[in-house]
Formats: sequence, C-alpha cells, structure tokens
Amino acid sequence: MGLRKPPLYDVHADAGAQFTEFGGWDMPVEYDSIRAEHAAVRESVGIFDVSHMSEIEVSGPDGTALMQRLTTNDVAVLEPGDSQYSAIVDDDGLIIDDTVVYRLPDRDDPVYLFIPNAGHDEEMYDRWTSFRDEWDLDATVEDVTEDWAMFAVQGPDALETVSATTDAPVGDLSKFQAQYADVAGVECWVARTGYTGEDGFEVLCPWDDAETVWSALDATPCGLGSRDTLRMEMGFLLSGQDFDPEDEPRTPYEAGIGFVVKLDTEFVGRDALEQQHEAGVDETFVGFTLLDRGVPRHGYDIATEDGDVIGTVTSGTMSPTLSEPIGLGYVPVEYADDGTALIVLARGREKRAEIVTPPFIDN
Amino acid sequence: MFEIPDDRKYLESHEWTTTDGDTVKIGISDFAQDELGDVVFVELPDEGDEITAGDEFGVVESIKAVSDLYAPISGTVVAVNEDLFDAPELVNEDPYGDGWMLELEPSSSDEFDDLLSPEEYREQTE
Repeated sequence: MGLRKPPLYDVHADAGAQFTEFGGWDMPVEYDSIRAEHAAVRESVGIFDVSHMSEIEVSGPDGTALMQRLTTNDVAVLEPGDSQYSAIVDDDGLIIDDTVVYRLPDRDDPVYLFIPNAGHDEEMYDRWTSFRDEWDLDATVEDVTEDWAMFAVQGPDALETVSATTDAPVGDLSKFQAQYADVAGVECWVARTGYTGEDGFEVLCPWDDAETVWSALDATPCGLGSRDTLRMEMGFLLSGQDFDPEDEPRTPYEAGIGFVVKLDTEFVGRDALEQQHEAGVDETFVGFTLLDRGVPRHGYDIATEDGDVIGTVTSGTMSPTLSEPIGLGYVPVEYADDGTALIVLARGREKRAEIVTPPFIDN
Repeated sequence: MFEIPDDRKYLESHEWTTTDGDTVKIGISDFAQDELGDVVFVELPDEGDEITAGDEFGVVESIKAVSDLYAPISGTVVAVNEDLFDAPELVNEDPYGDGWMLELEPSSSDEFDDLLSPEEYREQTE
C-alpha cells in the first residue's frame, strides 16, 4: 500500500526536505538540520506540518455522552473553544492512543473534534461508531482527517508570527483554548496547543488551502526529527513508542498521565483504572540522562548497577539543547527517584545512567 | 551535489580511504554525513586493535539514525581521531578532513583494488 501524503508534500520536497514514514504517512523528517530546527523552536519560532495527525468529529444529541464514555478525561467541563489532553483506553485501562479533544462552536448540540495520532483515524472511527451503535446513542461520527491540514507554529515568537497573519485576537487565547480565525484570509481553527514545551499554536486549515496558510506563516520549517527531540526534552509521550497496545501496553497511571483520568466519570476501562489507582503502580515512566558517551535508543534494556535488567528505554536522543544524552522509559517504582543510578545497555555496552524527572530543560 | 574527492577510494557503504604509501586513513563520505544528519556520537576501536576488510569497526550515530561503520581494508589501528568524541559534528563539517576516523597500518596492499574509484562511487550516489 502506498504512503499517504500531506497536501504540501511537493512544497516540502522543493524545500529540500528529507522524508520518513510515520504512521503510514510520508512526512518531512528534516529540512536542513534537526539541531538547527530544534534551536529555532527553543529560541524563536518554527513551523511543523503535522497534517498526518488524525481528526475525528463527533456531534449530535449524544455526542457528549459518546466522548465521555470513550475518553478518560471529563469532556463535560469543556466550553466551546476549550480543549483538553486525554487518553483512549481499552477495558483493561491500557492506552490505545492519546489525544487532544477540542469542543468546537455548537451546532444545535455540542460538537467535538479530537486528534488521534497519525494512522489511528480508521481505528478510532471504527471504535466510536461501533460503541455508538452498541450503546444506541444518537451521535454523528466523521473521519475528517483529510479535510484538515494541520500546522504547529511553536516557539517564543509564535504569537508574533500567527498575529501577523490574522486580525483575530489569538493572543487572548489561554493555553488549551481555541477559536476560528481567518489566517491569510482562510478560516482556520487556531488553538494554543503544542507538543514542544514552548508557547505556540496549532492551526487546522482546510486541506485545499494548505499552501496559502503555510506560506503566510513566517517561521523556520521543521520536520518530525526536531518535533521528536523537542517533545523528549519535555518528557512528552509518543504514541506507538512510549506506549503501544501491542509492544508497550501501559495504563495512564504507569505512563505518568494519571491527571487525564477522571474516575468520577463513566468510561471504558474505568474500573480497571480505579483498581490500579487504589493499588498503586509497579512500574512507572521516568526520564534519565547518560553519564557516559552514547545515545539511548528505543528498545535498549535498563539494568541495575548489579546488572539485573529491570526496564526498557522507550525513547532517547542526544538533547540538542543540553548536548547530553537523554532518555525515557519504564522502571519499577523503587528505582524511579531522582538521582537513582542505573545502567543502560546500548548495543551490548554498559552506559551509566541517572534518573532525572522530566522536563529535562527549564521552560 | 556531494563532494567526492579524486584522491581516495570508497566502499558501497560510504566509507572512504586514502593512503600516503605507509598508513591509510578512513572516514565517511560527504553523502553519508548528509544522509545521517547531525552526528552526535562516534564509537571507534582502540589503537592496536586489528580490523578486517568488510567487517564492522565502529558506529556513527546521528540524532535520527544509528549506522555501522565497515572497514574498507584490513589492518592494525595506529591512530584514532579522539577529537570526534567531544566534537562529533566534525564528521558533518569536514568529512574528508578533520572528520577522519581511523588511521591503519594495512596488512595487505591488494585490498585497494577491490574498492570503488571516485567515478564508480559517484555513479552509486547519483
């Protein structure tokens, strides 16, 4: 099967981007240098094409009930223009995907747009429609992934960059608030959200107007490579890597996002999560740095100083900001305290490591 | 276009080698450093180690990739570019100069004939 392409594929290719497969999409991984793109976001402003992210719209009289029962956070607290980070879990409380849920302006009933990760659109559409039918709810579910292009404008100068393209008071948006705004004359959904730890906006624009909006937003083009290093410095989870129903089955509590679980709401997986909440977790998501030269990578073992393998690296890189090797992974809770000395086995070589609770940088 | 100097020979796996008659130097090509992107870590053998043509002798890692290094020829390591341990970005900045990796005393002179000429390597990267 061929890879899916973002609307601006040719624009990125002409700009000299290298591409990589991610979630079934062929996406820019870097334009010139991951290090330079990373620095642009930390110091000024960068723009990412994240049109590979999925979009599912949910509306109708029972739309709120459907969203509430299939996500762990409490959608009832959302007013139009609000959003929240949330998790989608199975009956055992294991994370299938993480997502941001936006409440759009009402159309008779509340309307939600949620953003599953790349390649999860069909799976989520099927999950939402089959539970809707099973529970006999009156809700409309649409996979609008290829109606929307999505750009993330991130960095300390992001507000200036976005403001230059719109008359809308986007500077008034608080974190996780969103509104419709004309950007370069195109009606876009503009949200103060992101995945880098910097101030910034995520702009959803109609697929066919992607080039108008992209070219109006004056920022350093950045690929998925720097998106990954930026999120790792913050300790943010990457779906399919830091949790995965098959390869790394984890609950929100284990993955360090217990704050998105609202046990006073009814949702699939709630009872399993309540049990774990009461009993406590055995293993937990941690950050670490390497004290020896090397780069931690997904899949490397984590061991005690005595050599007993106790955990796994799920993400790692050389931090461009710190010029230090940083990693994320799971260890038993008794090894999770800041400063705990551990070993990471990098291609058979022992590297000394130390637990550091993310974020790795002060922001 | 990538730089492919005429004063050396190449491997399909993008290592280069030059000789002054006595010892040979080894590094990776301009094409290879560009494909890898920002190099952040290089692991090399120690002085005195023997390496064999075609075998892995080390690892170069960029932010996005891990790549094995293959020996173009066999020999004994007589020098290692330790500057790369603190400044791996030299591989990006000057792959044919300050970004060199190893210096070998070759165990045989015939192996040079098996390597790609600059012209052959240029064809491979096009």
